[in-house]
Amino acid sequence: MTLLKHLMSGIAATAVLATGAMAADLTIVHGSVGRDQEVLRGQLDRFEAETDHTVTIVSMPESTTDQFGQYKLWLAAQSSDVDVYRMDVIWAPQLAAHFVDLTPHVADIIDGFVPAAVESQTVDGKLVALPMFLGAPALYYRSDLLEKHGEEVPTTWQELTATAQRVMDAERAAGNDDMWGFVWQGAAYEGLTCNAQEWTNSMGGGRIVDLDGAISINNEKAAAALDLAASWVGTITPEGVLNYKEEDARGVFQSGNAVFMRNWNYAYALGNGDDSPIKGKFGVAILPSGDGGQSTATLGGWHLGVSKYSENQEAAIELVRFLNNYDNQKERAIVTSRPPTVSAVYLDPEVAEKQEFIPLWKPVVDNALPRPSAATLRKYNEVSAAFWTAAHKTLSGNGTGAENLAQLENELKRLKGPRW
Amino acid sequence: MSANPVKSRLSRNRTRSAWLFLLPMLVTLFVVAAWPLGRTVWFSFTDASLDMMSEARWVGIRNYLEYVDFGGGEGQYYGLLADARWWRSVWNTVLFAVVSVSFETVFGLIIALVLNQQFRGRGLVRAAVLIPWAIPTIVSARMWAWMLHDQFGIINDMLQGLGLIAEPIAWTASPDTAMIAVLIVDIWKTTPFMALLILAGLQMVPGDIYEAAKLDGIPAWRVFRKVTLPLIMPAVLVAVVFRALDALRVFDIVYVLTPNTDATRTMSVYARENLFDYDQFAYGSAASTLLFLIIALITITFIMATRMDLEGKRS
Repeated sequence: MTLLKHLMSGIAATAVLATGAMAADLTIVHGSVGRDQEVLRGQLDRFEAETDHTVTIVSMPESTTDQFGQYKLWLAAQSSDVDVYRMDVIWAPQLAAHFVDLTPHVADIIDGFVPAAVESQTVDGKLVALPMFLGAPALYYRSDLLEKHGEEVPTTWQELTATAQRVMDAERAAGNDDMWGFVWQGAAYEGLTCNAQEWTNSMGGGRIVDLDGAISINNEKAAAALDLAASWVGTITPEGVLNYKEEDARGVFQSGNAVFMRNWNYAYALGNGDDSPIKGKFGVAILPSGDGGQSTATLGGWHLGVSKYSENQEAAIELVRFLNNYDNQKERAIVTSRPPTVSAVYLDPEVAEKQEFIPLWKPVVDNALPRPSAATLRKYNEVSAAFWTAAHKTLSGNGTGAENLAQLENELKRLKGPRW
Repeated sequence: MSANPVKSRLSRNRTRSAWLFLLPMLVTLFVVAAWPLGRTVWFSFTDASLDMMSEARWVGIRNYLEYVDFGGGEGQYYGLLADARWWRSVWNTVLFAVVSVSFETVFGLIIALVLNQQFRGRGLVRAAVLIPWAIPTIVSARMWAWMLHDQFGIINDMLQGLGLIAEPIAWTASPDTAMIAVLIVDIWKTTPFMALLILAGLQMVPGDIYEAAKLDGIPAWRVFRKVTLPLIMPAVLVAVVFRALDALRVFDIVYVLTPNTDATRTMSVYARENLFDYDQFAYGSAASTLLFLIIALITITFIMATRMDLEGKRS
């Protein structure tokens, strides 16, 4: 049977070659979280059926920091093995030189995309990647537990701290020993940079690096924000959070062992999956804020770029266009609760019906705070590492927020030099 | 000198053919070891970046040490030699190597002594002991990462079940226990390797010495100290050097279990971080060069201090 199939496909391939049609073997690389892999494979199968191309998925670890190291190696070696890269929103300024300028290839559809998303992927007029989906984290809360204990959804970090403590204590007293108040991403990696910039900015401490490249993070409000976060560790947050990434936090929340969680949009669809113990028992709200700050959600998202070293650029561009068309964006919005990059999908009645999170989240996505990758250019990774190190040290009790931010300021000044 | 021209021609011939036979190995060594090493050293004196290696320019020792004058009598030293994070990585690496190799030697010795005894099913046990060594490090490190997880890890569950700890320990997350976690995994993994090398040494000890000692009624502990240990010492020392070399460039366990934290960052992790994650290829090359020099220095010192016999002469 399989032999026959191989034989048939062999004959088919020869026939195609003979007739001169361009059937390409493409490779796409991405770091799957949740159900990304499954949905992508399904969409690729449709692409293969519609065209004669075949597409192989190379799957990477979930940590964006790990992915970046590998991608940079491939790109520096000018490897033609990978045609399409799924890139983090922050990478465009650093990797622009290795990617095809998509501007002329998507001119007919680009107006339908969320402008901020397109802008984030445009470097010196070059469209490095076509936006695939966006991300803006939410505060996930257990609606059943809040109702049971007569609590409101918190809007400030102080309220969250107090509410989490009360609900956790009450649940533990009732015999639920594994219950925690609040889980998030505290491992020393890019995810902590996102979490920590949300704390500092929403409590009035500002950005890591300002839009004009100025360094103003070493201030009292930012220090207080880090100190508040450090006070959670070991009280409302398990100490293990210092090594948690997205899926670790979701593991605790989705097994019913946390009152609150900070996570990206994908966790919503999984939490409402049929095998989820918390199905229908949780809700989402915007992240809390503090004195003098506004609720801040870090702009996330993953976008598709075509490698300059690909030998099948035309087919690869076709694939990128296909994966980002209306129907596929809609499917991702419904199945994986990933906010789409095509504006019209937010207004789709079927999306609103099956995944109410998506239209609800449109304003949050629109106002999400980017990380300073545009201001710091090629030094962004070091800036981010310096920032997450300062945050991680504060969280693990190794110095106060003020001490670590003072060190961070020196480090950033050294990195910046005369200019970024 | 010229007393026997025939012999001298023969010896010249032999020398020439010896070089001829050595040539393929020398070429291979040059291509896979000397050339990359030389390039790394060269890059460490340039401003190379991963994307633009061909445009690297010579910048002297700036990556190692540089004094930046801010003006007005103020200034600061920069570069690897003035980088506290680098020295912390060196310290982490040395600490890791000393502690892990010590434990592995002691445990390996004990296991080897047991496996050297006659008992039923010895072949099976010898094979079973090797399992941790046979599992790829990435796999075992990942496996341990789950076992050590603070919320759903089995280690905490077992310790709590035994009543040894009240609260689950965040092994890989807390800076106090991160290094311990890495050490536990490494010792678990590499003790079999030590046991195997030492067992090979034990099997070289002639049995009649033990018989003589038994007839003379010498207690077992003294036999071990006066007979077994001196005889297997060369094998143990070689095993220790192998392991120490390995431990000093440890990368995978740390990278999987506790990446990016100051508490466990080793020299190799530091070098990789600069080479690939940051746009600091030259700086990372400088770190790789120093890593090479530090390992060489430690190994030479160890060989000299233990008067290890590398020539293979019988004393």
